[in-house]
Amino acid sequence: MPPPTAPKSGDALFASVDRVNAELFTLTYGAIVRQLLTDLEEVEEVNKQLDQIRDARVEYSNGLADLRSPKFLGYNIGTRLVDEFLAKSNVSRCVDFKETADVIAKLGFKMFLGVTATVTNWDAEGTSCSFVLEDNPLVDFVELPDTCQGLQYCNLLSGVIRGALEMVSMKTEVTWVRDMLRGDDAYEMRVKLIKQVPEEYPYKDDD
Amino acid sequence: MIGVGKAKQYANVLDKPLSRGRQEVSLSAFAFLFSELVQFNQTQVDNIAELERRLEDAGYAVGARVLELLCHREKGNRRETRLLGILSFIHSTVWKVLFGKVADSLEKGTEHEDEYMISEKELLVNRFISVPKDMGAFNCGAFVAGIVKGVLDNAGFPAVVTAHFVPIEGQQRPRTTILIKFAEEVLHREARLG
Repeated sequence: MPPPTAPKSGDALFASVDRVNAELFTLTYGAIVRQLLTDLEEVEEVNKQLDQIRDARVEYSNGLADLRSPKFLGYNIGTRLVDEFLAKSNVSRCVDFKETADVIAKLGFKMFLGVTATVTNWDAEGTSCSFVLEDNPLVDFVELPDTCQGLQYCNLLSGVIRGALEMVSMKTEVTWVRDMLRGDDAYEMRVKLIKQVPEEYPYKDDD
Repeated sequence: MIGVGKAKQYANVLDKPLSRGRQEVSLSAFAFLFSELVQFNQTQVDNIAELERRLEDAGYAVGARVLELLCHREKGNRRETRLLGILSFIHSTVWKVLFGKVADSLEKGTEHEDEYMISEKELLVNRFISVPKDMGAFNCGAFVAGIVKGVLDNAGFPAVVTAHFVPIEGQQRPRTTILIKFAEEVLHREARLG
């Protein structure tokens, strides 16, 4: 059942936005990951970069310390994408984290990637759950070579979720539990709500 | 967690059926991703030329794969071997698959025999991009130029490919022209084949 606050269904939402061929998206993402692997050399560094991260204090190990773009990819995208999502989906304030998770799974994933996720494995407190993806447009044509077995190829997605939720006052931790590229039977990420940040007023101008 | 009797399986990518390429994602998803590609590369370079080269590199990787994929899926495992054939393959087939439409125009350069141009009024990757004044003639179309180069190179048509803004009269936004300059050997071969 769709959340009562969401007037648009996921399908209607996806149909209402401009779309591109998923292969262009997939291959472009692949090109990005490849560039990161070449530039950063360490798989672990790439994982961080894809997800988020690098706040301005962390210097690039190769000496290219640069404050122009301290946060990157997933997180960065999430912080901006959430605006578009709220503007187009007509979703109003979610009452709790459970509803938030449902909205992300049914509407968020659908609106941007054209797929839906299943929300499962809630813990007793209702603060952490799993998103399970059967269809994942990021990974078409992808195989991890032996040298990159530690690569969290889909870290982009976890970064997006973390970034988007942070913009609506929820600090979360997102980790991958299952990854088909590593031989698992599905894509599953675990989202854990760390805390709800009360909104501050007056708002700072450049945050 | 691994279930009993359900060992982790390593599925070879070539054993999977080839997707038919009908799946779509939202344009914004791509635009966000592309913007991150540009931003990340901006942190890795000192000048515009270097930035364009890096975007071209990224595009090249896409082009090489697109060629393989489309030759297999759309052309029944055949690949164009003649100059005009490969150009029209890019202009129609590649463009249609990647950008959802055939390119606006494909022209031969008037001044040089070895130059061809593919022009697009509003290149998909430039749709949400505005280039700051201090970055001069920088064009994110370098990524698309890289795709074209990737296709050409891997099909055996080495070329230098660059992206340029060309102002159109009466329009606020310039169009993007992808300029293709073929290597000498390509033209020699064409001449030999007659």
